[in-house]
Formats: sequence, C-alpha cells, structure tokens
Amino acid sequence: MGNAIDRREFFKLAGLGSVVLVSGCSNLMRGTNQAQQDFHFVQLSDTHWGFHDPAVNPDFGGTLPKAVAAVNSLSQQPDFVMFTGDLTHTTDDPAERRRRLDEFRRIASGLTVPVVHYMPGEHDAALDNGKAYSEFFGATHYSFDHKGVHFIVLDNVSDPTAAVGDPQLQWLKDDLATQRPDSRIVVFTHRPLFDLYPRWDWATRDGDRAIALLMPYNNVTVFYGHIHQENHHMTGHIAHHSAHSLMFALPAPGSQPKRTPVAWDASAPYRGLGYRRVRTEQARAGYTLAELPVVKG
Amino acid sequence: MISRRQFLIGLGGGMAIAATTPLLMAAGSERVIHITARRFEYTPSTVTIAAGEAVILEILVSDVVMGFNLPDLKLRADLVPGQPARLRLPPQPAGELPFFCDVFCGSGHENMNGVIKVVA
Ligand SMILES: [Cu+2]
Ligand SMILES: [Fe+2]
Repeated sequence: MGNAIDRREFFKLAGLGSVVLVSGCSNLMRGTNQAQQDFHFVQLSDTHWGFHDPAVNPDFGGTLPKAVAAVNSLSQQPDFVMFTGDLTHTTDDPAERRRRLDEFRRIASGLTVPVVHYMPGEHDAALDNGKAYSEFFGATHYSFDHKGVHFIVLDNVSDPTAAVGDPQLQWLKDDLATQRPDSRIVVFTHRPLFDLYPRWDWATRDGDRAIALLMPYNNVTVFYGHIHQENHHMTGHIAHHSAHSLMFALPAPGSQPKRTPVAWDASAPYRGLGYRRVRTEQARAGYTLAELPVVKG
Repeated sequence: MISRRQFLIGLGGGMAIAATTPLLMAAGSERVIHITARRFEYTPSTVTIAAGEAVILEILVSDVVMGFNLPDLKLRADLVPGQPARLRLPPQPAGELPFFCDVFCGSGHENMNGVIKVVA
C-alpha cells in the first residue's frame, strides 16, 4: 500500500430521512493494531426536557420517550448512545434545573443500549458552570476509546461566555498527544467550533483554537448539536456535522431575522426533529450518517 | 449646513440619546449613545445612527454580568454592573448591525438582542 493520501469527502443529501455518506479516505489503516471492526453509535441531541410551548411542540412530554423507544426498536443496536447537550431546557431556578435533569435521566435510562454518554449544553450548564449537570452526569469533558476510534467530548458551554477555555484546551492538547497523526478521532461538542453564523451566536468564542489543535490529525470528525438542524461543514479536512433536536427545530441560518423556533406543523408532526445513526467505515476511514425520524412515517 | 449631530438628535421616539452630554468627550466629538442592559433586554434595543457617523456606545448593565456583541464588526464587551463599557463604532455604511448578549444570563438570554440601524 503506497502512502499516497487520497482524500475525498462526498455528501449525498436527500431531504427527509436523508443519508449522508462521508468518505474521508486516507492511507488505509496500517497493521492490525486494535479491534477495528465497524460499529455504529447513535447521536441524540437537544432534548430540552422542561420546554413546554405547545405551539412549538404539543408533544413536549412525549417526544423524548418516543425517541428512546425508536432507538430501542432499531433492529441493529448501536454500541453506544451519545447525547450532545441541551438535555434540559434552561431555568433560572436551581431546584427546577435539578428536577429537569432528574426527569431527563429517568427517561434516558429507558434506553436498552448498555452504554450511554452524556455532555451538557448551555441550557444545562451555563448558569452554574456545570454544577447541577455534574451532580447527575459527572465530568463535562472527557475522552474514551472504542474499537479503534478515539472519542473526545469537549465542553464549550459550562463557561457562560461559550468558550472552551485555557485549562480545557491544555487538556485537549495533552489528550491528543496520546494519538498518532492517522488515529481515528471523533469529537463531540455542543456548539459549533467554527463560526457557523455569528449573528445568531452560532459559534464558540475560542473554537478556532480547538480546531487548530485538531488540525495536525488526519482523521478527525466532529459531531455537535445546538443549532437544531442538520448542517455539514468542512474546516480544512475536518468535517463538522450538526444534529436535529428532539424538541424543536430552528430556522436555517439567516433565513429569517430572528432565531425563533420553527412552529409545529400539524400536517407534518415531528418534522425537523430526529436523531442520527453513525456507522464507522474503518476500511475507508469514514462514516455513514443516517438521519432518522422520531416516529416512522 | 445642518450638522449631522443636530439632525439626529430626537430621531426615533423612545431613544435614550444623551442629549445632555453631547460634547464632553476629550478626543474627537463623537456622539455617545447610552444603552442600559438588564436581564433580558437592552434599552433602547433599536439605535439609529447616520451613515458615516462614528459614535461611542456606552453600555451599563444594572443586574448581572453579561455581554454585548456586535458580530458584523467583531466588537464585543463584557458588561459588569457598575462599570460602563465603551465601544467605538467607526463610520458605517447604511444597513443594520444586529447585536446580542453573548454571556449566558438566564432563561431569556437567547432573546436578548437589538439592532443598530445605520441610515443614509
Ligand atoms: Cu445549545
Ligand atoms: Fe439546544
């Protein structure tokens, strides 16, 4: 195998139930170092438990349980589920925040997948620097390895200025130092690390510094939430994929003056909501994404 | 010729233009526009200035730490109670410059925003 790097990214997008095929093809994995079998995981995002505006989602109490049931009924069970933040809708009352986190945890515990990872969004964590969140779910940033892929969970929400911050950037640098340039790396974060739409604050204040630390690695893919819709963006060779919400959809960036939720459409309930299945394609060093609805149409 | 400053005083009802402190600035004689902030609003939330006019925004928050971010010009300031923040807006062409709070300040944070209208 030559070491020529043939890097292709291609996206196939087709509206509802779209499948995005992402192929980042670098030199094929050398040697047989780890158990590099293909697997898939599920990304759930922005469940906003505690939100209760029936004009936006009249099934505010039922959408998350339906999503849990949908994941449980997948014929092929994922290796793990990842929640990418905004588990709860924000509240100024610390006791209510904990009540929402507790209810969310109880509903999420209905997932039959044995491994579930969590991370906060600003709605969970920005008003108390992640204190209540940590009482329920532990660390707000961490990393883990699974079948030859290194997963990094980055917290860009516990700091109310929406920054990763120096200490965590140093942690990221140290964590990445354990990886090879061609390691398979997946980053989970809540907010976009790049300037997606600054007019709506769809950015991370020091996200460029996190991306700069990731740049030397050839196989990095970022999955995030926050914007309540699909978005696929490249910063250099790094792909960034945002996920749907499981409570309300937000408009396309700049499509209207204000970033107000998309109203519920009774003729197409749950439209714009959903979750994502990601399948690793280790031989190709890529991922296949499937966007799945809350309820099968 | 009517100076732009005279022309602008009194523009836009409800605008808290600091008509009493127009020319107290040291360097330059830029108009100071006072904005107050509290959870979860800026007052005024719409500020009108003339195209080509440089102004100083002086923003004072009354309750909790928050932010003021004007992304189109990459201008921002932390707002700390008791400490007025000053931002100089260089002359602008006609258009709209949205601003918002970029420090999560509570349940209404995501709707805390405003706009600077630059009129020709
Ligand atoms: Cu968010
Ligand atoms: Fe969200």
